[in-house]
Amino acid sequence: MKHKVSTTVNGRRHEHEVEPRLLLVHYLRDNLGLTGTHIGCDTSQCGACTIHVDGKAVKSCTMFAVQAEGKSLTTIEGLAKDGELHPIQQAFWDEHGLQCGYCTPGFIMASAYLLSQNPNPTEDEIRRGLEGNLCRCTGYVNIVKAVQSAAKTMSTAPAKKATVAAGGN
Amino acid sequence: MAVTQLVGAKVHRREDPRLITGHGHFIDDFTRTGAAYATFVRSPLAHARIKSIDVTDAAKAPGVVGVYTARDFKGQLAGTHPAAPAFVAEKKYVPERFPIAEKEVTYQGEIVAVVLAESRGQAADAANLIQVEYDELPAVMDVEKAMQSGSPKAHEGAADNICWDLTYTGPEVSDAAFKEADVVVKERILQNRVAPVPMEPRGVLAEYEGFDKKLTIWMSSQNPHFIRLFVSGSMGLKESQVRVISPDVGGGFGSKISPYPEDYLVPALSRIAERPVKWIETRTESIQNATHGRGQYYDVEVAAKKDGTLLGMRMTQFLDVGAYVGTFSAFQACACLMAGGAYKWKGISARTVGVLTNRVPTDPYRGAGRPEATHLVERMVDLVALELKMDPVEIRRKNFIQPQEFPFTQNFGLVVDSGDYDKALDRALELVGYEELRKKQAELRKQGRYLGIGISTWIELCGFGPSAATAPATGGIALVESAQVRVTPTGAVLVYTGTHSHGQGHETTFPQIVADQLGVPYDSIELRHGDTAEGTSFGYGTYGSRSLAVGGVAISRATGKVIDKGKKLAAHMLEAAEEDIVFEHGSFHVKGSPDKAKAFGEVAFASYGMNLPQGMEQGLEAVAYFDPPNLVWPFGTHIAVVEIDAETGHAQLQKYVAVDDCGNIINPMIVDGQIHGGAVQGIAQALYEEVVYDEETGQLKTGTMIDYMLPSIGEIPPLILDHTVTPSPTNELGVKGIGEAGTIAASAAVINAICDALSPLGIKHVDMPASPDKLWHMMKEAGK
Repeated sequence: MKHKVSTTVNGRRHEHEVEPRLLLVHYLRDNLGLTGTHIGCDTSQCGACTIHVDGKAVKSCTMFAVQAEGKSLTTIEGLAKDGELHPIQQAFWDEHGLQCGYCTPGFIMASAYLLSQNPNPTEDEIRRGLEGNLCRCTGYVNIVKAVQSAAKTMSTAPAKKATVAAGGN
Repeated sequence: MAVTQLVGAKVHRREDPRLITGHGHFIDDFTRTGAAYATFVRSPLAHARIKSIDVTDAAKAPGVVGVYTARDFKGQLAGTHPAAPAFVAEKKYVPERFPIAEKEVTYQGEIVAVVLAESRGQAADAANLIQVEYDELPAVMDVEKAMQSGSPKAHEGAADNICWDLTYTGPEVSDAAFKEADVVVKERILQNRVAPVPMEPRGVLAEYEGFDKKLTIWMSSQNPHFIRLFVSGSMGLKESQVRVISPDVGGGFGSKISPYPEDYLVPALSRIAERPVKWIETRTESIQNATHGRGQYYDVEVAAKKDGTLLGMRMTQFLDVGAYVGTFSAFQACACLMAGGAYKWKGISARTVGVLTNRVPTDPYRGAGRPEATHLVERMVDLVALELKMDPVEIRRKNFIQPQEFPFTQNFGLVVDSGDYDKALDRALELVGYEELRKKQAELRKQGRYLGIGISTWIELCGFGPSAATAPATGGIALVESAQVRVTPTGAVLVYTGTHSHGQGHETTFPQIVADQLGVPYDSIELRHGDTAEGTSFGYGTYGSRSLAVGGVAISRATGKVIDKGKKLAAHMLEAAEEDIVFEHGSFHVKGSPDKAKAFGEVAFASYGMNLPQGMEQGLEAVAYFDPPNLVWPFGTHIAVVEIDAETGHAQLQKYVAVDDCGNIINPMIVDGQIHGGAVQGIAQALYEEVVYDEETGQLKTGTMIDYMLPSIGEIPPLILDHTVTPSPTNELGVKGIGEAGTIAASAAVINAICDALSPLGIKHVDMPASPDKLWHMMKEAGK
């Protein structure tokens, strides 16, 4: 038996009939085609599927799609506004906070929530705030730097226009 | 854009905009119209005879397209799993391996059946309905016992469990050294079995088009051309009928080099079921079935003089091969050839034994053989220093190969290209504040606290590799690298490489090289890789820190050929002799007359026109293969500072310094990133990670991320990095590899620090992982 689920995802309304066992992450990826949210484990350890549900960071593999009924969701695809990268995205780029990039959407979404709750975290607070996400490439060194750098950018309002950092010129 | 020097610059990555916005393309992001989903049924037992498989209920389940067992693939897939000779050409026993078990399963997770259904959920539901009856057999788990003649066998009916037993150099090679010795230290050193765990599990999507007899495979692979070679061969297709596309790859660390059973079965299913088939590995499947790394132990003896001069080594590697021989499993025997490390020895006796067990096969994992060698020699050198009451720095300095001795032919005839080991050591000692730390350690010891400083002066051989060494090691194909550079009429530059990045940033760094060479805007250059339908006829993949040192040089050479043709054409256009044409800053001009010039773009456009020198063909493109004359030899010093909590046994990594030398650097940001990630993998092997099987039943106990401990962001302190630069004479770019360096160096630094911390208790050696539980028990025992 299928259930109706209506959500707002990245500002857009969606309505689908889904199986009750469908995980939210599969709904986002398979029904909405939002494949930026990744799956890295079966046990809710890795955090690659982190999104925002009503402004709060959630591992989207820990919710059924039907539990998202009436909720407003933001995925990695919805973070950049009007073609302008979110300062956290820019900081991950500038600080080389990613290598293979698979865990990155989850880390960026978790970091965005962290900074929304604590705009000026200490290094220790960053590390504690992101311990639900795993990365195998970076040793976390540049992820910490990226979050620190984003915190700085975001606290100096209005947000500085991000520089496009290609080319070494 | 002004012409600037891009090689050596911190150029931000081109890959990143798509990856930070959710627009990357990983394997699970692909599908094909009409695709069916595969779920594999796997053995829950480590070793058993298959009595029967009942698929009746599964076949009737909703959405099921078909249920298949081994006999359905007979005639579809031929041959056995490839096992490259690598460094052990003669193997005694290589069990036959068909991608799906028919009569016997030999590790937990081996495939016995597969369900195809309309959706993933339906495939998984139906897989649960398959009834397999097994006769359980004894599981062979202990490597030492497995070598004994009376041991049960990992494969029924086998004569023994010995896959290989090769003596590179016999005892006579080190006899003289041991006779001279004032001291001999002995140790057994374990290398814990670890799981690579790339954040993206594997996956395969295959579409066989029956009318055209063309197969397209999308998969997460470090090595698409080799997959095409193996799968086409097994399916009875020409390589030209098969296209392998490896899109963005979410990490590999060696686990996506070799072909896997699913890489054959999914394409075969597409041909059988006449529709596209998709399979995405779950994390549990990944930890259970993706090849593991390490899983070895070493018996080592080192002979030295009283003054700390190292004389000789005798070592035997015992390697847990697993239930089958991984394609590049025997490469791990290179640990023997690298056992001497950065030091001079009179003689090294080395033997490797590969032993079959009922675990998943081992294969290269970041560093493959070289982390084991570093761990072994760096541990042994510390043990000699402890015995002689010498400072670990002093004993290293005394035995280093000296800068003026390069190229240095080491004990196994390998030629170390360049190095300056003292320089990296000096810098690392300065950065860590070694003298101060020793004083602090003495103070803390008085208070009953356990601070340790561990040094790892590592070296590596990488950049595989010269054809003379690698063609025999793979069974015929030299691990050289290919490149193609194509310039379109309007001056766009397309660069194709046979390597394939899985996080290393090749789309950024390789165009940096070409931009400098051609003097054209960086933005006009694009790197393409990961698709066997594009570029040269064969590529060799990314592993063994080879992409830059082999692939980058091939790109540079292909670019050079483009320039050479450009010079001929420019000479014709400028009515000058070819030898008078100078190419610089993106422009061809006549020597001494910089105003008589043609820009690269003009020459590119002209190359597609009609006014060409006699005999010249149209177009501006070139292919190059680079067969390196030698391997490259990075080196460096890592120092770990650890304090162990006597109450809990927890080893807290307080500081970590890494000074590495990979020759000339193309992009320092990316080099640092490689060291960060690599070092943390080595640190994690030393402190946290271990694949644990039940020693009796062969049940995997660490099959999820709950049980298998990966380091999280809370565990790792900031790493302090620096570099020395000793260019490699092996290639014209002067580059060495850096992808594996951190992992090669790190475990020895951490364990040396722990042993140093615990030395007041009389503890000389600690095996990995140095868990709080293990250390607490050792400290308690020692304190008695």
